[in-house]
Amino acid sequence: MGIGANIPRIDGPQKIQGTTRYVDDIPTEGVTHGTTIRAPAARGRITRIRFDPDVPWDEYVIVDHKDIPGHNEVALIESDQPALVASEFRHRHEPVLLIGHRSMSAVRRAARAVRVEFEPLPAITDPRQPLTADRVQYGADNVFKRIDIHKGDPDSAFADAAHVIEGQYETGSQEHVYLEPQGMLAYHQDGQLVVVGSLQCPYFVLSALKHLFGRREDALRVIQAPIGGAFGGKEDYPSVIAIHAALLAEKSGGPAKIVYDRQEDMAVTTKRHPSWVRHRTAVDRDGRLLAMDINVLLDGGAYVTLSPVVLSRAAIHAAGPYFCEHIHVHGEVHFTNSPPYGAFRGFGAPQTLFAVERQMNAIADRIGMDPAEARRRNLLRDGQTMATGQVYRDGVDLVGLMDHALDHASYVSRRAEYEKLNRKHPYVRRGIGFSTFFHGAGFTGGGETRLASEVWVEGHGDGTLEVLTANTEMGQGARTVLTQIAADTLGVTEDQVTAAVPDTARAPNSGPTVASRTTMIVGKLVEQACRDLASTVGADGASLPAAVRAWHRSHPGRRLVGRARYQTPKNIQWDEETYRGDAYSCFAWATHVADVEVDLRTYVVRVRNYVAVQEVGKVVHPVLATGQIQGGVAQGIGWALTEEVVLEDGAMTNNQMTNYIIPTAADLPNIRVFFEEQPAAFGPRGAKGIGELPMDGPAPAVINAVCHALGTSIDQIPLTPERLMAHLEGDGDG
Amino acid sequence: MKVLQPSTLDEALDMMATADTALTPIAGGTDLLVSWHHVDKDSLHLLDLTRLRKLQAMRMTKRHLELGGLTTYWQVIKSPEVARAFPLLAECARLIGAIQVQTRGTWAGNIQNGSPAADGVAVMMAYDATVILQSRDGRTEVPLDRYYTGYKQTVRRGDQLITAIRMPRRRRIVEWFEKVGARRAQAIAKLGVAAVRDTRGWRIAANSVAPYVCRCRALEDALRQGRSFGGPDEIRHALAPDICPITDVRSTATYRERVLSRILYFRLAENGSP
Repeated sequence: MGIGANIPRIDGPQKIQGTTRYVDDIPTEGVTHGTTIRAPAARGRITRIRFDPDVPWDEYVIVDHKDIPGHNEVALIESDQPALVASEFRHRHEPVLLIGHRSMSAVRRAARAVRVEFEPLPAITDPRQPLTADRVQYGADNVFKRIDIHKGDPDSAFADAAHVIEGQYETGSQEHVYLEPQGMLAYHQDGQLVVVGSLQCPYFVLSALKHLFGRREDALRVIQAPIGGAFGGKEDYPSVIAIHAALLAEKSGGPAKIVYDRQEDMAVTTKRHPSWVRHRTAVDRDGRLLAMDINVLLDGGAYVTLSPVVLSRAAIHAAGPYFCEHIHVHGEVHFTNSPPYGAFRGFGAPQTLFAVERQMNAIADRIGMDPAEARRRNLLRDGQTMATGQVYRDGVDLVGLMDHALDHASYVSRRAEYEKLNRKHPYVRRGIGFSTFFHGAGFTGGGETRLASEVWVEGHGDGTLEVLTANTEMGQGARTVLTQIAADTLGVTEDQVTAAVPDTARAPNSGPTVASRTTMIVGKLVEQACRDLASTVGADGASLPAAVRAWHRSHPGRRLVGRARYQTPKNIQWDEETYRGDAYSCFAWATHVADVEVDLRTYVVRVRNYVAVQEVGKVVHPVLATGQIQGGVAQGIGWALTEEVVLEDGAMTNNQMTNYIIPTAADLPNIRVFFEEQPAAFGPRGAKGIGELPMDGPAPAVINAVCHALGTSIDQIPLTPERLMAHLEGDGDG
Repeated sequence: MKVLQPSTLDEALDMMATADTALTPIAGGTDLLVSWHHVDKDSLHLLDLTRLRKLQAMRMTKRHLELGGLTTYWQVIKSPEVARAFPLLAECARLIGAIQVQTRGTWAGNIQNGSPAADGVAVMMAYDATVILQSRDGRTEVPLDRYYTGYKQTVRRGDQLITAIRMPRRRRIVEWFEKVGARRAQAIAKLGVAAVRDTRGWRIAANSVAPYVCRCRALEDALRQGRSFGGPDEIRHALAPDICPITDVRSTATYRERVLSRILYFRLAENGSP
């Protein structure tokens, strides 16, 4: 029992029995079903909306921008995104109108009977495209955010270097493919406008509703429905669909819901930012990094959403887990007329880590050194500084971690064996490759300080305990882990503790469920709130329930709540202006090794074996943690090899699961997961965040393995068979 | 949308003969129901075949296998007798969609839907299948390799229904099937090819490389003449008269052409042909 034990997951039985009610399963009397009429092109001005006269429109609820009582803005970092287009639209599928009816089929029929007519305007759908004045749509130059990280004096280091190696790397977008598409139900209850839905961050949705409707917070309530996966896709977008459902509920006067089907969800919701990263690295004769000049470009899409923060994480992780005296990272995220790109597991880091891990192999190739040796000479050691000047003091032996992973994968013997096989076989090529990487846990820099998250633990009259947070269970096991931490801290069994479903009317704002922060940051607050409660009643362990009951007898009518609020650790310093200081309170570290086979008849790459070794502090629940790693690896392999978002007019056109190819179990290798546990100073009992880490390593590990198999250098993902064929042989006739 | 639900084959054929607008037969629905919510159904006139249970049965004689008009992929997968006599049928059936699709989808539907990507059609064509069409006026037999006349175009008249598919049992020297999809399960073919060499010679049928599943007759002729091939490029030239792959959302024309040539080259080499 307690931390480190594999207790049964709390949400497991209902999910296995199929009794869990996702948002579309919640029975609601007299609900109005809503659908969205969208912009038909990348950019234009609406001239007219035509309604087919054969449809009895008086039976329908129709909402447009004029029905918005407060601000027609989806409040997030900036408020540049309208909830419904008034005149000019800036991406294909941008919402224009909402149509509601009691009958779902009537709604679908109506959706086909509305035509948005428009005058096209000049659009930009590739951020590398030269900018003309008529395409400027944000600021002076379409740049949402620029970030520079300076360390040392790279220019002078380049001048004297034995080798200068350059590389350009490109990563594609990625769709989250969570199990259930986005959906929201809105209704009125006890004078409040209530929204229930598939969402990661109840308080993000609450503040978006507050801004749009111009209402007080206590007139609004946001409740999380069970979620079958989110991966960041339900971080920012739910505000949009919640606003839409709420507008329909307001206008119809009754409950209303909008649930996307898969095709709509894939076409219109956010995705991973496409990236272009350039590296120029100065290296000495022994393979030591002297200077790194890194240029990062992200496509942000048509509105700011979370792009500045994604760029921040991309930039901070861009130099990899290596020591280098002289570094310059320049990052930009640009406006384009694509649906906004948003949060996705890894949040910018997978893009820049792909680039630096390919670059490290390019460096090793250039100086004729094994990629493992090149890393051995450069991985961070205690007391050395990272790109932002943060001193590495985790005490984790990164070289040892890498060597353990290579041993588990029999790296040295396989490398030799495959090189022999590859000389003989007519069309099969095998290779082995790896990546060494890291991921900052929790919000970047001062993010946690600004959030000032709060957690409550309530002792009820019957002696039971309830953990109250805004952090959502979305398949990752948050409810189980937070329950485990509370039970462990209080010395009670897990069945005496419940973790409440996030509800802004009941739970405090413990921040969003993102950024690998739930176990480490919120878990720590749970630990502290439990201690607060225990000290209030002066008991813990077996005597706690009786003490809680006794407290209630002597304090009739009062609530017994243990509280905790985030305090910035004293030794954490971060300067948002200069990007200097402690970017994260701690990092998780990993080496992943991929063993691949390429069939030169079909150019198909198959990952045959996979080893994932990571140091993540104390592992709270080994089975769930292993599942997180394996899931992240599967998602990373998909991103590396098959998941191609095909854009037309800036928007996804292969928005079906038959044409957007995520790996099935048949496509995946056995993924062997090993944890090394070095308790960290911050999390509960030394736990760190792990949610995003496993997304960072697979793509460079797989591509490094393919490069080993084929003796070539590949700089772009996804490496579809067609792209590999073109790389090896050109894509023309002949 | 209009749905007719005949209880017998005769009733179904009567409905087809007398309908003002051509009826679209529906069995498993695995093609027709794709994107169902997004298509306009007002002009759809469906003939629901699910009550014609007699068409489900498949029959194996000494000389033939006859699949019924409603025989599903799953029935073939679950029949050891059929899987033994026609192994490629079972092999390709397992690669079509997921179990849900395999239990509903029918071989006749695979033919009539006319998708150029149909895995089942390539295999049946390589097995020299004959399509049996029935109408109120009687019965017609059409070799599967003469069934298609263009993209999603077939020789079937609006009053005819596929009631059976017949494949001869012959001694085979070579039989194999390759599907190249974007993943190992649940993928629509980027390209596919089935090759059979039996007592009547070679039949090589390819999918996703032409407007409809087609035989590679020039290559078959070359093999019949005992020609040997020095490399995939020579195979590619032999395929040229019969295929015309395109670039679409699933793959490119060049990829399809090159990969088909390579698979044929290496597989035929294993069969001792080049």
